[in-house]
Amino acid sequence: MTAELWEAIFKGIWITVQLTVYSAALGAVVAFAVGTARTSRHWILRFLSGFYVAVFRGTSALVFMFWLFFVVPLAFGWQFVPMWAATLALGLTYGAYGAEIVRGGIAAVAPAQREAGIALSFTPWQRMRRIILPQAVPEMLPPFNNLLIELLKGTALVSLLGIPDISFEAQLARLATGQSTTIYLAILGMYFVLAFLLTRVMRLLERRAKAGIGQAPPKSGGILGKLRIEETERSTKAGLAGGAQ
Amino acid sequence: MNWNWSVVDEFMPYFWDGVRVTLQATALGSLLSFALGLVWALLLRTPSRFVRWPVGFFVEFIRNTPLLVQLFFLFYVLPEWGVQTSALATGIIGIGLHYSTYTAEVYRAGIEGVPAGQWEAARALSLPRGRTWGAVILPQAIRRVVPALGNYVIALLKDTPMLLGIGVLEMLNQARQFGAQTFQYIEPYTIVGIAFILISYPASLFMRYLERRLVH
Amino acid sequence: MSTDSTGPTGSPGSTPAASTPGRSTPGSGNGAELIRFDKVTKRFGSNTVLDDLDFTVAPGKHVTLIGPSGSGKTTILRLLMTLVKPDEGTIRVDGEYLTHEEKGGRLVPAGEKHTREIRKKIGMVFQQFNLFPNMKVLQNITEAPVHVLGLGRDEAEERARELVELVGLTECLDRYPTQLSGGQQQRVAIARALAMRPQVLLLDEVTSALDPELVAGVLDLLRDIAHTTDITMLCVTHEMGFARDISDDVLMFDAGRVIESGPPEKIFSEPENERTREFLSAVL
Repeated sequence: MTAELWEAIFKGIWITVQLTVYSAALGAVVAFAVGTARTSRHWILRFLSGFYVAVFRGTSALVFMFWLFFVVPLAFGWQFVPMWAATLALGLTYGAYGAEIVRGGIAAVAPAQREAGIALSFTPWQRMRRIILPQAVPEMLPPFNNLLIELLKGTALVSLLGIPDISFEAQLARLATGQSTTIYLAILGMYFVLAFLLTRVMRLLERRAKAGIGQAPPKSGGILGKLRIEETERSTKAGLAGGAQ
Repeated sequence: MNWNWSVVDEFMPYFWDGVRVTLQATALGSLLSFALGLVWALLLRTPSRFVRWPVGFFVEFIRNTPLLVQLFFLFYVLPEWGVQTSALATGIIGIGLHYSTYTAEVYRAGIEGVPAGQWEAARALSLPRGRTWGAVILPQAIRRVVPALGNYVIALLKDTPMLLGIGVLEMLNQARQFGAQTFQYIEPYTIVGIAFILISYPASLFMRYLERRLVH
Repeated sequence: MSTDSTGPTGSPGSTPAASTPGRSTPGSGNGAELIRFDKVTKRFGSNTVLDDLDFTVAPGKHVTLIGPSGSGKTTILRLLMTLVKPDEGTIRVDGEYLTHEEKGGRLVPAGEKHTREIRKKIGMVFQQFNLFPNMKVLQNITEAPVHVLGLGRDEAEERARELVELVGLTECLDRYPTQLSGGQQQRVAIARALAMRPQVLLLDEVTSALDPELVAGVLDLLRDIAHTTDITMLCVTHEMGFARDISDDVLMFDAGRVIESGPPEKIFSEPENERTREFLSAVL
């Protein structure tokens, strides 16, 4: 492995981080918009958001990415910058999973809170923004953490479309040197470290969010707890499975 | 947008080939993940931390790193170690291994979901270890486990397109090859996208139904 | 909207009183009414909780609803708060329809906005307090005045501080609800409801969820409010002593109907209805 190859790989990390951040931002917007729409009083909003979730959870992220890259330019004449197409594909897909987390979080807030909001004459939107969401969001953070790690893993797909992220640079390095074992173990290690850092950040956010609403911060585990990224969360991808729910 | 039905007709034979490979990878990959996941789950319950910690680290490592890179690893590194397999077999091993780290969690939750009183009752009756597991714990755990495993089968199905990275001719790769030869992209990719929805959406409805039947 | 609304006293409604004989509560002298139920029926599935109910409450009166569980008392409060909608009949608050609007001479179901305007005249204290766990005590009280009534933050906080002093919790302003006892939480909930300066205060079994030793404090506070303000109160309770102390009128409910009503002295001492006698002998 030459210095240039390592440098290329580090540039790849930057691309991966950027993709993760942009898609997570888009995904979060989609998740909150679609997730709250699923609890709306208007059937048309509920139907449209339900349809969105069914479609984007039903299809495969990679297939959608290929579709955006190859079909949309031909069919509609829009040519995306590759980074944007990738961000769009990841954000829209993972946003649909996120919408289910948002919906679940909202549903988990006690109905009495809604009633108290009605009794104080808040508008439906005020109830959502001032009463329901502030209580629901801290509960959403652990599943969002899991989803974020799925998203980070999902960014590797863009290498198949020629975007020079870590996985793509790893391929180039392998072709140049033939040292498959070293390169891939190193790359996997980098993803693992990124996932670990993401988890730390989300834990911090969760602790602050819970302290901000008067709940005791969650206990942090010991050494093994730090090692085991998902110490407390049970199923990670269960929410990632189906198209319905 | 110009949709051409004759292109659809042309693509269909390749599509069905792709469907066969996709379903094959899904079925075999799922079975592998069910078996390996149980191994991890049981190893993670052994008293010795010299077993639990390495297994725990391995499982976390696999689960928190991309399947695609793992597939590349297997595809390029296994032959260096003298293991020669087809691309499809490598893909099945990779995807089965990756998902076994999720099914291990499912088993763990299922086992922990059995009330502690059941263990105590089995002990009070002096049931041997094998009977305790085989006749008391697992039959109760399985009711919680089946729908969750089913959901992972659907998730696994949706990850099979990654196998194109190592050259497996599943649905998406068939569309890609077809496009490369004919320069017709709209129909094949759209058909494959719809096919995934048509398979996974009803499947997820069925899993939800199972969940309601078995868990509650 | 035809009537004015001037502070907690409320103003006489514009609708002339046409109370049903035998069921209406005695008027406040000028025949005004703040709350009026006309032939209200509410069913949950096949269970009729309120059956063709008529009743009125005059401004400033304290009315207590008593009766066995499931007799529909709480449903009346929830109807007034629009937490449930009536199947038949109409409800008027201060002369205006709560869940209906008059459009072109016809009554049509009201929009959310209309209902909200009317509802601002009503405050409610819940059995389970329902404080917002994500807000400290001060914010629990100021949140609605600021964002619903549009009060300035300083004014809302001023109001909140007065109310917190009234309920005796000045030292708790900066705490979260989870850090308070049940009795303290309920007192905050009372302050929160009063901060909206409602004309009507609905009290839904406000002491049922409290530990026995905390009940007296909350009831004393409510007595105090009842005797020192002219706010109208509609109260569902199992505390008969409290009902006797604060009520101008007591309505006895059974099977979705008012079977007897009158001043507390009469209801508690010489009830006429057999069911009332049975109920009172069971709870007293």
